[in-house]
Amino acid sequence: MGMTIAEKILAAKSGRKAVAPGDVVTVQLDTIILFDNNFMPNNWREIQRVCDPERIVVVFDHRVPAPNQIAAGAHRTGREFVRRFGIKRFHDVGREQGISHQLVADYGYALPGSVLVCSDSHTCSGGVFNCLARGVGGPDIIYSAVKGETWFRCGETIRYELEGALPKAVTAKDAFLQIAGVHGDHATQNVEYGGSGVAGLSINARKTMTTMSAELSAEFATFECDDTLVQWVRSRNPRAFNPVKPDADAKYKAVRKVNLVALEPLVALPDSVVNNSQPVGALKGTRIDQAYIGSCANGTQDDLELAAAVVRGKRVASGVRLIVVPASQTVYRDAMKSGAIATLMEAGATIAPPTCGACGGGHMGVLAAEETCITSSTRNFKGRMGEPSSRVFMASPATVAASAIMGTIADPREFLQ
Amino acid sequence: MKFKARVWKVGDNINTDLILPITAFYLTLEEQISYVFKANRPGWAEQVQKGDILIGGKNFGMGSSRPAARSLKNLGLACVVAPYINGLFFRNAVNFAFPALECPGVDEAFDEGDIAEVDVIAARVRNVTKGTELAAKPLPAPLLAIVNAGGIYPLLEKEGSIAPKVTTAAASR
Ligand code: SF4
Repeated sequence: MGMTIAEKILAAKSGRKAVAPGDVVTVQLDTIILFDNNFMPNNWREIQRVCDPERIVVVFDHRVPAPNQIAAGAHRTGREFVRRFGIKRFHDVGREQGISHQLVADYGYALPGSVLVCSDSHTCSGGVFNCLARGVGGPDIIYSAVKGETWFRCGETIRYELEGALPKAVTAKDAFLQIAGVHGDHATQNVEYGGSGVAGLSINARKTMTTMSAELSAEFATFECDDTLVQWVRSRNPRAFNPVKPDADAKYKAVRKVNLVALEPLVALPDSVVNNSQPVGALKGTRIDQAYIGSCANGTQDDLELAAAVVRGKRVASGVRLIVVPASQTVYRDAMKSGAIATLMEAGATIAPPTCGACGGGHMGVLAAEETCITSSTRNFKGRMGEPSSRVFMASPATVAASAIMGTIADPREFLQ
Repeated sequence: MKFKARVWKVGDNINTDLILPITAFYLTLEEQISYVFKANRPGWAEQVQKGDILIGGKNFGMGSSRPAARSLKNLGLACVVAPYINGLFFRNAVNFAFPALECPGVDEAFDEGDIAEVDVIAARVRNVTKGTELAAKPLPAPLLAIVNAGGIYPLLEKEGSIAPKVTTAAASR
């Protein structure tokens, strides 16, 4: 019987002819990413041997630069680990700093057809590269670094056929919020994105969808490979790779069409991303205290350019904080060169250094009790970005930028003609 | 691996941030347990007795990779049973040897305070109070082996792949 992308990669990497839903398989890992939380004293266990330093990447992203002594200590532990095993792909605070999932894109770490793990839930981000990328637990990542393998449960696959092109000021975030709003969680299932509409989406836009698939609780999220993708990866990573196509007779639990042309800007209400989307019009006028643009889902150059286009020549409403966090130094440098950073700063944005920052409630824009934030980040659980009584609405960077200017939730289509 | 105890119930879509909020990140493991469900059920953690059983709702443990399963275990809970469990939480449950069973219909079969009997190996969940029984999904053999070994760390420690645990107060912070 035919297999989906996820099933084919699971089969290839576990040395089996076929893998079907329900199977538990042990898989060889191509890339293993450790990040600063792994080195926190509560989580870290001193590793005595690693499978292969060439397969390991170390990133500091959740708390950079260190906001307190515990984080600073974790960074020191991480640096010692890097030194001890001679890890070459190391992203410390500095020139190559960034959020791990953005670095995967910047440096082409997720090769088509390969398997990548990191103990961050949004690791499914790397699925945009036709790669089987999954967030695992902290102990899993230590096990993976030692053994070079881990287990996966294979779930059923839901396929989304994207069709048409997005209207102006409507983004991949809105496409995702449409899917999450209508179809709810996809726990224990894989998500596969394809269709004729993919060609019109940038890699950054596609990456928003795979990254956000963590909110669907999907096991794996993958995109099919195309020329745009091959070029992206080739220009960043010299290693050879083998893209994987789903079989023509692959068995899906469901195939659902998403007509991009018909979409409008959406907003997820506080506390949940799934089953919680509303058209922006329904929330227009809701007062905000903070607007946040960043994260591994929407801190790319595309996102900063879009936000800059919305705020160009305008001022952030008084009493509102617009915090913009480029997802990596590469993104930051590119947005400096293009002028997007200057435009955002002129409007009144505070630019934070590349970090997870307030997306995970860590630092750089944490919310006080009762405050309201609209964010382009990934998650809006109660207390995610600060006090449990704060409210976090989620939308595209365009909608967040428009809201920052108005001081209330606003429709970006009125800003981008 | 059999447990018989009183049942606590929580609703659908319980996320990891409710179990282990960011505010508890820098605390000791001992301190972290008092933060379980602080936002949605203040005061609950103090009422849990050692060996109690948690019945979750749909997509139990959705959210991040943080070791939320470890907090539930450290709180003294024997296991969690839910209709279906988030894949990442499930991994961490295996990692920390905290039995997590998927059992369709379990959320409707129990009221809080009922007595449950959970047989992890046989994958059976019985409501002793109501006299009903449900079939759960068995834990796959390789995962059961990790749980039986006490989780990933003891397993790696035993073969010398990671250093033994340091247990000074400062190290646990
Ligand atoms: S940006 Fe947010 S969602 Fe992404 S890895 Fe960091 S904390 Fe997680």
